Amino acid sequence: MSFLLSVLLAAGLLFGTPVDATATDDRGPFAITNAELVTVANGTISNGTLIIENGRITALGTDVTIPEGATVIDAEGKSVYPGMIDSGTRLGVTEVGSISLTQDFNEVGALNPQLDILTAVHPNSRLIPVNRVAGITTVITEPSGGRISGTAALINLHGYTPEQMHVGGAELMTVNYPSTGRGGWWDRRSDEEIEREAQEAIDELNLVWDRAAQYAQIDSAHTADPQAHEAPSYVPEMEAMLPVVRGGMPVMIRVNRSADIRSALEWIADRELEQVVLSGVSEGWRVADLIAEAGVPVLAGPVIATPSRSSDRYDRAYENAALMHEAGVTVALRTGEDANVRNLPFNAGFAVAYGMPYEDALRAVTLTPAEIFGVADELGSLEEGKQASLFIADGDPFEPATAVTHLFINGYQIPMESEQSRLYEEFLDRQPGATLHPQE
Amino acid sequence: MLLRFLSFSCILSLVLLLSTSLLVAQDRGDVLIQNATVHTVTNGTLENTDILVRDGRIESLGAGLSAPSGVRVIDATDLHVMPGIIDAHSHIGISNVNEATRPVTADVGVGDVLNPYDVSIYRALAGGTTTAHVMHGSANAIGGRNQTIKLRYGDLNPEHYRFDGAPRTIKFALGENPMRVHGQGQGIKPRTRMGVEFVIRDAFRQAQVYAEQKAAYANGDRPTPPPYSERLEVLSDVLSGDIVVHAHSYRADEMLMLMQVIDDFGLNDTFVLQHSIEAFKIAPEIAAQGIPVSVFMDWWGFKFEAYNAAAHNAAILIRNGITASIHSDSGDLIRHMYHQAAKSQRYGDLTDDEALSLVTINPAIQLGIDDRVGSIEEGKDADLALFSAHPLSVYAVPQMTFVDGVVRFDRATDPDDMRLQVNPEGDVAPAYAGETHSHSHDHPHDAHGHGVGCMEGVNLFEFLSTK
Repeated sequence: MSFLLSVLLAAGLLFGTPVDATATDDRGPFAITNAELVTVANGTISNGTLIIENGRITALGTDVTIPEGATVIDAEGKSVYPGMIDSGTRLGVTEVGSISLTQDFNEVGALNPQLDILTAVHPNSRLIPVNRVAGITTVITEPSGGRISGTAALINLHGYTPEQMHVGGAELMTVNYPSTGRGGWWDRRSDEEIEREAQEAIDELNLVWDRAAQYAQIDSAHTADPQAHEAPSYVPEMEAMLPVVRGGMPVMIRVNRSADIRSALEWIADRELEQVVLSGVSEGWRVADLIAEAGVPVLAGPVIATPSRSSDRYDRAYENAALMHEAGVTVALRTGEDANVRNLPFNAGFAVAYGMPYEDALRAVTLTPAEIFGVADELGSLEEGKQASLFIADGDPFEPATAVTHLFINGYQIPMESEQSRLYEEFLDRQPGATLHPQE
Repeated sequence: MLLRFLSFSCILSLVLLLSTSLLVAQDRGDVLIQNATVHTVTNGTLENTDILVRDGRIESLGAGLSAPSGVRVIDATDLHVMPGIIDAHSHIGISNVNEATRPVTADVGVGDVLNPYDVSIYRALAGGTTTAHVMHGSANAIGGRNQTIKLRYGDLNPEHYRFDGAPRTIKFALGENPMRVHGQGQGIKPRTRMGVEFVIRDAFRQAQVYAEQKAAYANGDRPTPPPYSERLEVLSDVLSGDIVVHAHSYRADEMLMLMQVIDDFGLNDTFVLQHSIEAFKIAPEIAAQGIPVSVFMDWWGFKFEAYNAAAHNAAILIRNGITASIHSDSGDLIRHMYHQAAKSQRYGDLTDDEALSLVTINPAIQLGIDDRVGSIEEGKDADLALFSAHPLSVYAVPQMTFVDGVVRFDRATDPDDMRLQVNPEGDVAPAYAGETHSHSHDHPHDAHGHGVGCMEGVNLFEFLSTK
């Protein structure tokens, strides 16, 4: 990075970034009244009341007693939704796209299972408030690059440490499945080279899994009887793979081409992986039946994207989620974004426009990902006992003209502000107005 | 004799070439669209309205119109019609984007490399887009000339894509891109925003001198004309107001700089700001100088000069009385500009017509083609987009798109594979293994996404390694 950019960066980040407005320490109780409650899990309740206490939804329905001292939010004419979950982002781990020193998602090396994305999540990233005010309370933030990129994590978009943001302990080992495809126009390898390199990569992946299984065996033997069996000699990558091969940590396989999806499904079957999801899956529609048959859920998206092949029908990316859903695949949606995770509801809207039933698209950004990530007891729907991560909107949240008016994340009421909304307020009717520029 | 024959045949072929390109008329269609909700943009929304198109133009607009014999009738009950969408900043339909070899390349133009085979043109039509301002890239402080095209996909003659009568335009670029390409990449000016100003002023001054010398020669005050320079010829046309400057810009300070330069050379009426992430910060100054601005809807943060952004940019500009448009700069976004415009109602409080104007009449004004396109009015070109629902709804699906009354996209009948050039012996187009990019910003990390960004044609790896 050039000196110039370093200076710009330092100037901007140290002096130019105001501290974002923070949530109050008021954790309720809150009572949202006269609202349409879109529970996702149990239908929609008209003219309902929802109570938030100590960070949790403690009651909801039409016959609910408002606790004494509750802050009442009259949501007449508005609806309450569970907070949206984006199943694949880089929020918190990148700040400025072209400045690599602000990016923490892509470490050197091909095999990095020991890297944890939570290490690098920046709770005060300017990108977080800008995106959460769309009603997105929770995201997967993920590493990329290499063969095994490290662990992705589910984070709430409020908190002052990565620990506070991390939800339900959800972490996924991120694997970039070897591709038999060309990387792009710059990829000048021959077809044979591509195939050979893909096979080598799959062999390498198998080797990692085999060694990790061995490592786990040695480790288990040692744990059971430290006198009889030596501990395995320390290998950080193998240590990190222990929860994966022992079945505690799910694997997230990033894969897009249909041939690669096919190959990945075979690999999953060969390795007898049970906790596994596919991410990206842009050509899932070509092999939707196979994915459904394998029973592997997908984190699909972006929906608003161009088709992967020039020969494809123009709307394949729009239809992809709907076609997989129709085939019986469990589908959650992801934007794959950082600066514009706020477009998640519009991605869901496009999925609906191109064939996905509305309820299923709403589920694909709420309860379905919560189930996939094993946090359905905490997130994903309006139900008693769950984390109060929800928002109030004056209409359908997938429609651009709809305004999100209130936001709660883990029970904290979040100000509906970001750097961008503050700029809007300041500059809509700027004072002083025009200087005499240029000089006449 | 041989020489004479040669020159004769040259002239003959030239004449033939000219006559074919001039005489082959662009397709114009006739159609009657019945019973639609018509978003005229300039005259409100008309319910249950018919549009009669004759010979590629909107002949009449009203209720109960009848079709002359042989004219196709389309029942648009429950459907919405809006003017064909206009993208003021695109890089589709051309074989090259950047002549990234010098800080000033006014001598080239993307109009020379129009590529009718680019399937992106069809995909844009499938999003209701009918006109695109196809621009040179942003590698140079003064780039090449741009070309306004109509998306007549299916026509294999590149000449037929030109929007006849559209004013000539040229690309300028401020800030990081020319600084990176030339200052960091080649060790020549500009490496700073000071350098960018100098390069532009210097080029303008050279063109002035060139024009003065030509005039002096014409008046007999000079024995010889100046040595011919295509670059200075083009820049002279810029200075005489024959070519409109479209300037890629991000920061408020660099926009103020160029606004001063433009004013110094008397070009306020032939100047449009492009991208202009921080335009909202100097909206009163831009309004006072009467400069139109074309912006991204919500892209931001992809480089440092795009970090101090607000998606409310368009709304602030409109509220300050500026002719603002939303552009795509992307082979993806050009497919759903109606949706980009809709977001101005989330990031601002624009009315439906104001939101639609961002991708119709306002870009038409910026490109100098508003007498022909950009609204649904009698006498205008029949460039129309038919939607299943209100085009500002996320659920709206484009159904048919007309250019000059000719159907160029029909969701119901078009085959899946709409490539025009398929070689059955050749390789199947490779699906890129990487993630499907939802966009391709004009910076090195993303520019390889779909090859339509501003930095296309620049050796990305070279620049990454120079950082």
